[in-house]
Amino acid sequence: MKKFRQLRPQLLALAVVLVMVGLISPGFFSVTVQNGRLYGSLIDVGVRVAPVALLAIGMTLVIATKGIDLSVGAVMAITGAVAATLVADGHSVPVVLAVSLALGLLCGIWNGVLVAFLDIQPIIATLILMVAGRGIAQLITGGVILTFNDPAFSFIGSGAVLGIPMPILIWLAMGLAVGLLVRRSALGLLIEAVGINRRASMLVGVRARFLILATYAISGLCAAMAGMIVTADIHGADANNAGLWLELDAILAVVIGGTSLAGGRFSITASLIGALIIQALNTGILMSGWPPEFNLIVKAVVIVTILTLQSPAVADELTMLRDFLRRKGAQK
Amino acid sequence: MTHDALLSAQGIDKSFFGVKVLDGVDFTLRAGEIHALLGENGAGKSTLVKILTGAYRRDAGQMHLAGAEVEPRSVAEAQNLGIGTVYQEVNLLDNLTVAENLYLGRQPRWMGLTDRRRMRADAHELLARYHVTADPDETLAHYPVAVRQIIAIARAVDLSGKVLFLDEPTASLDAREVQSLFDVLHQLRQQGLGIVIITHFLDQVYQIADRVTVLRNGRMVGSRAISELPRRDLVSMMLGRELAEATGHRDPDATEPDTAAAFKFENYGKRGSIAPFDLAIRPGEVVGIAGLLGSGRTETARLLFGIDRPDSGQATVDDHPVSLHSPEEAIAHGFGMCPEERKSDGIVGDLSVRQNIVLALQATRGWARPIPRREADALATQYIQALDIRPPDPDRPIKFLSGGNQQKAILARWLATEPRLLILDEPTRGIDIGAHAEIINLIGKLRAEGMALVVISSEIEELVAFSTRVIVLSDRHHVRELKGAEITAEAIVEAMAVPGEAA
Repeated sequence: MKKFRQLRPQLLALAVVLVMVGLISPGFFSVTVQNGRLYGSLIDVGVRVAPVALLAIGMTLVIATKGIDLSVGAVMAITGAVAATLVADGHSVPVVLAVSLALGLLCGIWNGVLVAFLDIQPIIATLILMVAGRGIAQLITGGVILTFNDPAFSFIGSGAVLGIPMPILIWLAMGLAVGLLVRRSALGLLIEAVGINRRASMLVGVRARFLILATYAISGLCAAMAGMIVTADIHGADANNAGLWLELDAILAVVIGGTSLAGGRFSITASLIGALIIQALNTGILMSGWPPEFNLIVKAVVIVTILTLQSPAVADELTMLRDFLRRKGAQK
Repeated sequence: MTHDALLSAQGIDKSFFGVKVLDGVDFTLRAGEIHALLGENGAGKSTLVKILTGAYRRDAGQMHLAGAEVEPRSVAEAQNLGIGTVYQEVNLLDNLTVAENLYLGRQPRWMGLTDRRRMRADAHELLARYHVTADPDETLAHYPVAVRQIIAIARAVDLSGKVLFLDEPTASLDAREVQSLFDVLHQLRQQGLGIVIITHFLDQVYQIADRVTVLRNGRMVGSRAISELPRRDLVSMMLGRELAEATGHRDPDATEPDTAAAFKFENYGKRGSIAPFDLAIRPGEVVGIAGLLGSGRTETARLLFGIDRPDSGQATVDDHPVSLHSPEEAIAHGFGMCPEERKSDGIVGDLSVRQNIVLALQATRGWARPIPRREADALATQYIQALDIRPPDPDRPIKFLSGGNQQKAILARWLATEPRLLILDEPTRGIDIGAHAEIINLIGKLRAEGMALVVISSEIEELVAFSTRVIVLSDRHHVRELKGAEITAEAIVEAMAVPGEAA
């Protein structure tokens, strides 16, 4: 229950956004079953959020160490391009998955080495792959949108198990897996310690460099998974646009989730709720029929509001206001 | 040498957030003298310098420069009055050229543009006066710190020209560089400049200064000519004790154990940090480390714990040679260390008291073997009770605890790892009296239980009370070892005044 209380601001924000979207577009909450698969706007939010949700899982850990990973969008493009090439060449799905995920892991390790061992500032270290990565992806696809037709691989993007779309299952499973990994082991505590005070952590023998490397590796792996889903979904790899700007949505999701960019305490669940808030907004604005020009502005306004309400300064003010009203009520 | 007061200040007061850091301080600098400003940490040296150089405004008092009352409101204004400053971290720009650094903000102009040729010529001439052969067109980063220091001095003197403040100018210089810096200072003294130098190296004070002023706890202790001030008197001025009255009460059980030394460091040292020393530590003893600030106390601790790597010597644990090149390795051999800077190096502020207590133990077990919640709770409860950590709430973020309670939690963190050798760097600094006494008792208790301890402290009574041996440091050398009945406050202070080279 304590866990639930910590997540209250995020859950509340999600509820408010969902209600608002529901008011604008009736039918938002209706879920139907067609051909043994769940359909509906709500399900759609869950499917569409998959890439950002996956990125947010890795990003949460990276940000907890006081880092940031700008390269995740580019890593999506690289792994997507490689996966599409392998599928088009007729390789089996397990091979494609293994190679692509390993590549994502490798990209993450590259970032991790730059940050943890060469002490390059995370924003610069990951900017390198952010810029170069898209170029690499374009080299792999030869500059064209590489398409394929392989139902087995496309299942990752559009299939369903027990009526639940695969993307939803994948991000839920990954969230659960990483969440259990960091919280059932001591990784979570040690990552938080490094993020809050790296010097003090190293002085008690915490292997900070290894931990930081691990977070970037996990982030790379998450990006590779997101790349798979997008590639499988569109039956092709678009090196120019796959994952474009998604790193920013992922960072936003983490921030809405309440993890400070200054590092320290983190919650993967809260980041996932943050990703859902962003996607619910996207879907809601699309469904509302407003001109698309409004989309970004409305999104920005909602996000500023959420972040303002979460800021410690406002929280203090609200607490004072509540106490004041309570005292007044008691006087009466 | 003239005897006119060049820069004088009377009754300077300064408070920060209601805490008085300078209380009625007087300071007089004469033209053509080198004046050392001394005092331990927190004595108020840097605050005084910042007021005299215009970086801070004083709350009360007067300031006169060459007889006229002045009130600099900024560093630039002080510079225009003739007061220049060179800070410890040289305040120049590495990526600009030597000439640009010398004339930044006041470049010679020709039709509104920088006259580079003249700037170069001026720079050349200026540097020649200091016997520095630096190419004005080379970037500053090209030159070693010692040259940059002299360039900074040249700029400051050229800008101001009456008074020069130097904050720890020799901290990162080797002996030869210090000498050439001192040559420059002698030359400036001849020219009639008043020079104020802040330093922790007493040898250098005696080598170069004409007068010293000592501050302690925000008050002026005294101002004397160095020729009339024996080293021993200077040290007691800085520490603030009349030697006669200082008689610590020794713990009668603090005697040397007859066990074999488990931890040995032979010829252990690191250049520029601490001269090679021999140290053998036995289980069941407290080795006290005494010395003034900058004498190499913390450097010794950093070396023992593997934070710094030694460049000479060998460490052995139980007669096996070991490498101690990181805290991890030291911890693996049963070491633990409570650092001096509790906030930046000790606590992990946002984590709870419980998490802070189990952190070192968790680090030794590795990430894959988490400490079960039940065990963590038991450890936290045990140490919160044993050390009386308040409030007794294991879930509270440690940053909300008082300094003394934070220190106890950090001690608990190491005790949970059951260390064989515990190094405590200033364990009682900045904590309240109650916690102070508890920590001293704890040190005695741990010794009696057979732990080996190394305790660094600037509180001499404290060292006298609990140490079985005291090692005295001076100018980055281990100069003296005191045992048994030799351990008295007088003997420690006396040894602290010994110049480092005498070892």
